[in-house]
Amino acid sequence: MSDNEISVKNLNVSIDNREILKRISIEIPKNQITVIIGPSGCGKSTLLRSMNRMIDLVEHVKTEGEIIIDGNNILDPATNLSALRKNVGMIAQAPNPLPMSIYDNVVYGPKIHGMRDPAILDETVELSLKRVGLWDEVHDRLKDPASALSLGQQQRLCLARALAVGPKILLCDETTSALDPISAKHIENELIALKNDYTIIFVTHILRQAKRLADYVVFLYLGEVVECGPAREIFTNPKDPRTKAYLEGVFG
Amino acid sequence: MDRRLCEEHIFRGLMYFSVAIVLCSLLAVFAIVVIKGASALDIAMVTQTPQGGYYLGKEGGILNAIIGSVYLSVGAILLATSISLPAAWYLQQFGRASRIAHAIRTLLDIASGIPSLLYGAFIFLIMIMFQARASLLWGIITVGIFIAPLLTRAFDEVMQMVPEKLKEASYSLGATRWETVFRVMTRQAFPGLITAVLVSFGRAIGDAASVLFTAGYTDSIPTSLSDPVATLPLAIFFQLATPFPQVQERAYASGIILLIIVLIISIGSRYLSKRIARYSIK
Repeated sequence: MSDNEISVKNLNVSIDNREILKRISIEIPKNQITVIIGPSGCGKSTLLRSMNRMIDLVEHVKTEGEIIIDGNNILDPATNLSALRKNVGMIAQAPNPLPMSIYDNVVYGPKIHGMRDPAILDETVELSLKRVGLWDEVHDRLKDPASALSLGQQQRLCLARALAVGPKILLCDETTSALDPISAKHIENELIALKNDYTIIFVTHILRQAKRLADYVVFLYLGEVVECGPAREIFTNPKDPRTKAYLEGVFG
Repeated sequence: MDRRLCEEHIFRGLMYFSVAIVLCSLLAVFAIVVIKGASALDIAMVTQTPQGGYYLGKEGGILNAIIGSVYLSVGAILLATSISLPAAWYLQQFGRASRIAHAIRTLLDIASGIPSLLYGAFIFLIMIMFQARASLLWGIITVGIFIAPLLTRAFDEVMQMVPEKLKEASYSLGATRWETVFRVMTRQAFPGLITAVLVSFGRAIGDAASVLFTAGYTDSIPTSLSDPVATLPLAIFFQLATPFPQVQERAYASGIILLIIVLIISIGSRYLSKRIARYSIK
């Protein structure tokens, strides 16, 4: 049994014949927060979106190589995307609640995956909202539209919604960048609390945030992995001069 | 004076002028219909069918046409919606650059521009083939087919406006395309879908040409789909065509009734769409 949740092997991604990711090979450790850092446009989001095949939504995209999760190459065209995305949840950059009530937002995923029992759905809602610390704030207005919540609450709702389908992996695409500092801190704390049960991959271009969250770091630059390794090593003793320059704020 | 400020004034003036023209023409139509028709409007008009010689200035009302118009347009809207909504859903599965979708949309736009009279003539040919008589059913089919392209494109436009991030949220939870279209996009677009239905309803209830050959005309209220049916626009047309000033006044009174029906439907559906819009994402 390996301690890695995801293995990316020789991944190439191009969009409109433009190479976005080049020969990416990384191992994502289980039950840790892996932070992918790098300047804007280096392919962080593309890499993240390859892991749940959301990249498929982009037109004229071509992927080569392998991403192995649970022994399967998920880039295989025969992959069941619904099952993959049930296993690999995603929280977007800006909160994107669905046009329905708070309750219906949380049960949207479970219902799609066949859960019908109202008692279990109620329980799922309560558990998921408690996990993200939102239950006390909203338990008496679950029927209110999700859009009535504050942005920070909406993002926590989106996190709860992702948890409700029971994933093992959570992909966070600059998940706090649209939030105020206090709400962002909230989300960060919740992610840290969640890492015992989930493998979390967090994309950010904010170094301080990366330092707060990361157990493992992947530094991407111009579509290539420059360096990856345990957070302490990367942050205190980077081997590649480009990593060093990035950490010192020379570019980015 | 500053040149840019001057520009600002000119364009603002132009905008006010344009809005004023639109509103004034609307008000003028209202005013003329009401002024000319109010005196002929009485309770008998909306509670009775035409009695012998109504169109010659005798007793009765136009309940036949009121009920007929409502039956016909509600039927046509139901028919058109049940065709147009799945068609619009179908169009959502294509990417923005899709040629197929572009071709279908172009065809639908052309179909929306065809005069309703031609739809009537087309259905009339089919009726001759089947040796069918003009009836409520054929009227519903004609009007339904004539507003379906319009409604499909309106639905399509509204659903294309659903933000990409909502679709992503749905897909990332494992939803299929169909689930996303049905559960998220339709829901988000609902207020707009209602507006589209409303606009089409106006077209359906106001159109005289398409039902001229296909729905017939009768002084009685239809009791089945195979009965011929009277409609308000045709009633207005017949009343205006008589040489009697008294009957011509009734045409304007019928116009008031038509306006009131459209108003009721409009306010009702706005209320409905507002209630549902409270879940929409701004």
